[in-house]
Amino acid sequence: MGKRVAKEVSIAIADAVKLARAEVIAAYPITPQTHIVEHLSELVANGELDAEYITVESEHSAISAALGAVATGARTFTSTASQGLALMHEILFIAPALRLPVVMVVANRALSAPISIWNDHSDIMAERDIGWIQLWAENGQEAVDLVIQAFRIAEDRNVMFPTIVNIDGFTLSHVIEPVELPDQEEVDDFLPPFKPKYKLDPRKPLTMGPVGIPEIYFEAKKAQDEAFKNSRRAILRVWKDWAKRFGRVYNPVETYRTEDAEVVLLINGSLAETAMTAIDKMREQGKKVGLMRFRLWRPFPMQEFRKAVSGIPVLAVIDRALTPGGVGGPVATEVRSALYNAARRPRVVNFIAGLGGRDVTVEDFEEMADRAAFYLKKRPKEAYEMIGVRES
Amino acid sequence: MIEVRLHGRGGQGAVTSAELIAISAINQNKYAQAFPSFGPERRGAPVMAFVRVSDEKIRLREKVYTPDIVIVLDPSLPSIVDVTAGLKEDGWVILNSSKDEKTIRKMLGGYKGKLAVVDATKIAMEVLGLPITNTTMLGAFLKATGLVDKKYLEEALEHRFGRLAEKNKAAMARAMKETKLYT
Repeated sequence: MGKRVAKEVSIAIADAVKLARAEVIAAYPITPQTHIVEHLSELVANGELDAEYITVESEHSAISAALGAVATGARTFTSTASQGLALMHEILFIAPALRLPVVMVVANRALSAPISIWNDHSDIMAERDIGWIQLWAENGQEAVDLVIQAFRIAEDRNVMFPTIVNIDGFTLSHVIEPVELPDQEEVDDFLPPFKPKYKLDPRKPLTMGPVGIPEIYFEAKKAQDEAFKNSRRAILRVWKDWAKRFGRVYNPVETYRTEDAEVVLLINGSLAETAMTAIDKMREQGKKVGLMRFRLWRPFPMQEFRKAVSGIPVLAVIDRALTPGGVGGPVATEVRSALYNAARRPRVVNFIAGLGGRDVTVEDFEEMADRAAFYLKKRPKEAYEMIGVRES
Repeated sequence: MIEVRLHGRGGQGAVTSAELIAISAINQNKYAQAFPSFGPERRGAPVMAFVRVSDEKIRLREKVYTPDIVIVLDPSLPSIVDVTAGLKEDGWVILNSSKDEKTIRKMLGGYKGKLAVVDATKIAMEVLGLPITNTTMLGAFLKATGLVDKKYLEEALEHRFGRLAEKNKAAMARAMKETKLYT
């Protein structure tokens, strides 16, 4: 059995990468991801992790080096945040198309300007369509578990897609909390060595990434899309196996006290925990409220999501990113679209909260739930409302 | 659940103190979290750090707004920061100061609640040879609140400071002796 320890979540994530026996790490430090890669470079330098640590001059190079490494069949990890993720943008699309299963932790942070090193989800929401599997962690334990799982999911022969684990910058990355790190034998047993069917090898030359002329590009993209959607089954299999081995259960859509709820809040990431405390408080006052969050964001868990919202009158989606001039925050837009053709669908209300590190408190969640309850009888006039912004 | 807010100046080790308390509590089989007031660290600027300790799982990611315990590492802070802001009625202010009770209460805006005072700068200078008061103030924290066991805090110090741990343990022990409690 694993050992319960007090760890900064960033350090625990680096330890999880070590437990996963990553062979190549290519990363460029950026706040608030820095502690993760610093600790990994220490582990490599001390000989505790037998891996190649590639220091690079930018995030564009970090992801490029990572893809080269994984293409040769090496288990590869990288991590970034905010502007760093944005700088990776053009390379990010290449990884899934070439079926290169690199694992990346994104310590979610706002995008400039104004310059902000603090937490929100602007960085990852701008990368929604890159074709990577995307997961969300709420606490240190989940971050550790998801990182280990991510390697097995990504490298599964039926998946072979790059995978992102999202953790909130600072709000999660810099918190010391209790974490249970599995034993090395347990992880080795869960995660077999990476053995891709095709890899770059001078003895057996092959081409990765040739031009896709109009006669083949479309078919290649359809094949990628089909394979991506099919990865859902493998993800569920991995989570089932994890639950059996470690007793911790992971679902594509996680729910909390949604039974008989009239208002359900939906928020991704670590602030869902603050929301749970708010839900408990409101339930004690007799308010019928619950909580929902996406564990799996890509591929979008349509089936599980529709089932989870069935019978709920009002769903309040709390976005931590803005879609300027759009019809709502990125999560709400997606959710509304997913529900449009559903036979029974909740009324969807959208709040934007916690941009650029603005604290979202228990009281804020109570306010949002109360405001959402107002829409049980009335349709919202606005596509979204901002919470916690000073008006004067 | 007990919530702690630490006030210090960048470089005094407020974040380290917060971490040591949380690590001790977790090793004592409790639930705890510690986190800084996230931002660019600047030496000398007022900084905060936060701790929560509970017998149950903590599901809260907001800052600490209504602390049970406030620890002030620097004697000059109460005149520029409202260190008692949001403090619970039966809460503690644990302060590094060489002043007497009356002067301190006046400096804290007529604060009437529980107060623990130690001249941590003097102890740190004499024992550590540095005006870094974080581990010294942990002695005052231990004496006033007993929130964690001394044994676990000492273990955490050993783990964090290695060969420097003995001096830090000595500073903490001396502060435990010299801290005055006004309740």
